[in-house]
Amino acid sequence: LFEALSGRLSGVFDGLAKRGALSEADVMEAMREVRLAMLDADVALPVVKDFVNKVKERAVGAEVLESISPGQAVAKIVNDALIDALGGAGAVPLNLNATPPVPVLMVGLQGSGKTTTSGKIALRLSTRERKKVLLASLDTQRPAAQLQLAQLAEQAHVASLPIVAGQTPVEIAQRAMDVGRREGYDVVILDTAGRLSIDEALMEEVRQVRAVTQPAETLLVVDAMTGQDAVNTAKAFNDAVGVTGVVMTRMDGDARGGAALSMKAITGAPIKLTGSGEKLDALEEFHPERVAGRILGLGDIAGLVEKA
Amino acid sequence: SRSTQKLGGGLTSVFTKRKLDDEALEELEDLLITADLGPAVAERIIDSFRRTRFGTEVTDEEIRTALADEIASVLEPVAIPFEPDPAHKPHVVLVVGVNGVGKTTTIGKMARSFSDQGKKVMMVAGDTFRAAAVEQLQVWGERTGCQVIAGAPNADAAGLAFEGLKRAKAQDADLLFVDTAGRLHNKSALMEELAKIIRVMRKFDETAPHSVLLVLDATTGQNAMEQVRVFRELVNVTGLVVTKLDGSARGGIVVALADSFGLPVHAVGVGEQVEDLRPFSAQDFARGLVGSAEAEAETAS
Ligand SMILES: Nc1nc2c(ncn2[C@@H]2O[C@H](COP(=O)(O)OP(=O)(O)OP(=O)(O)O)[C@@H](O)[C@H]2O)c(=O)[nH]1
Ligand SMILES: Nc1nc2c(ncn2[C@@H]2O[C@H](COP(=O)(O)OP(=O)(O)OP(=O)(O)O)[C@@H](O)[C@H]2O)c(=O)[nH]1
Ligand SMILES: [Mg+2]
Ligand SMILES: [Mg+2]
Repeated sequence: LFEALSGRLSGVFDGLAKRGALSEADVMEAMREVRLAMLDADVALPVVKDFVNKVKERAVGAEVLESISPGQAVAKIVNDALIDALGGAGAVPLNLNATPPVPVLMVGLQGSGKTTTSGKIALRLSTRERKKVLLASLDTQRPAAQLQLAQLAEQAHVASLPIVAGQTPVEIAQRAMDVGRREGYDVVILDTAGRLSIDEALMEEVRQVRAVTQPAETLLVVDAMTGQDAVNTAKAFNDAVGVTGVVMTRMDGDARGGAALSMKAITGAPIKLTGSGEKLDALEEFHPERVAGRILGLGDIAGLVEKA
Repeated sequence: SRSTQKLGGGLTSVFTKRKLDDEALEELEDLLITADLGPAVAERIIDSFRRTRFGTEVTDEEIRTALADEIASVLEPVAIPFEPDPAHKPHVVLVVGVNGVGKTTTIGKMARSFSDQGKKVMMVAGDTFRAAAVEQLQVWGERTGCQVIAGAPNADAAGLAFEGLKRAKAQDADLLFVDTAGRLHNKSALMEELAKIIRVMRKFDETAPHSVLLVLDATTGQNAMEQVRVFRELVNVTGLVVTKLDGSARGGIVVALADSFGLPVHAVGVGEQVEDLRPFSAQDFARGLVGSAEAEAETAS
């Protein structure tokens, strides 16, 4: 399906190229295919509409240099706009500019990869940046969640907060920060239970955690396979706790990851990291320019542009 | 301007008739897309809707009901409850799916529901890979009063499944759920490991597993199509369970799946607790899908 689609899409671009002139109708036709490609990649509909409108505006009447064909000009505009919408070229690092211990809060839907990503970030900070990291699980909901994080901490050779039964998430968060201060940790990673975007009680709980810890980063962990609901997730978490960065997990799958675009559009927060496996070293910086082609199912857009 | 004509815009619109024209149909198509039916299936459903009702004067309520009926008719054939075959003792259920969808939780819920029906249920902690996966299933064992068979960390999952089957047989269990580690369908080595679990269990009982349940997360978008295609091809999936329908995601991809694969959808997960499992109802699902899609379009506008 994807091949067929990208074939059709580059077919449209080639068609434009052959005609040699860029009319509004040409652009409209190309944009219909771009819209479909984006929907098939799970970019949320309102985000698709917005994107397509902006690109249309840019493309119709855009200056077509003599050296390149109009088709290539459209392809370049689409590609550039997509990279732009994903946050521009290059990766945005974690912000740890605060007085240690620096709290990092992990939030997201059930099963999105928060606990695993907490372990991954701990490993990265402790090995690459020589930070002293404390992992703390605030998950009193899921069976064996605190044990899961403790085991990951062991694998990463970092410390984890001792498990005390019966404490509330807010109490655990406070204890984690106390231990962090007393024992001279640089970073305290606070892993939370998964929660639904419509669960008001649990949203309030994470709001309280945020209030007592004042995290330097509040990372929303999102599955790359997420569909149209990405909009609701992004909005709910951003409204409740103010997302400062997004982590896209399961990029090692074959989902085209359109949710990345929705996340960025709704929260405005940069996508900072991507998960590319279950092991603790499978964490990478997010590169908008690489994900753009994946979303369109069009490795060859870049090729088309390069020819130009 | 347009938004005042939006579907589901409060009680008044239920009584106000409007013409089902191209514009209204396009709105409906958008509603289906925002529920994850995918652009192609959404277009097809709207097209058949167009043939029968184009130009008629209808209220929003009528549209909603008719559209839900249209979708329910796609889902009706796959709404098949899960029923263990008493001829098998135990009836072996292999539970598979990508990471984090809710496999372990679903096993816990199903274990409870069948042991409540008086069946002897056992579980195999076949996820020997993920941190604390065994302990997680053991908590479900405590919650349900069902025995959990576990091995050493990083034990061979196939060997453990074999052992579990042997023990379940010896104890005359009715049902044996085999939990597996989450795996992405595009990882061939991990998919091969599943095939091996099946091969090894067949050395003990050549009819096992009697069911292979693929668990899908309702938040998943179009990638669910690939998940079902590949898992079905490699491990002969017999049915689906859709989880996390208590959230804002409506799982519209199930409509596309029913349309393409026709696999039974046995149950839906509607929460994290042991009682949060429901049979799959085509009518309820379709109605929820249309209702929520409206709400989403409202917030998106
Ligand atoms: N393939 C792959 N699997 C991942 C990735 N990140 C996490 N996982 C897996 O996804 C599953 C769920 O991960 P968790 O870290 O437990 O997710 P969570 O968000 O903490 O889940 P809850 O606490 O239950 O809400 C596990 O099987 C992880 O191994 C990734 O980048 N790629
Ligand atoms: N809200 C909600 N949460 C669910 C549902 N089913 C499972 N969960 C949650 O989703 C998360 C992941 O569930 P698991 O059962 O661990 O998923 P899994 O497929 O076994 O995960 P891995 O073994 O890591 O691949 C947990 O936090 C569960 O509580 C559901 O129907 N609704
Ligand atoms: Mg967790
Ligand atoms: Mg599991």
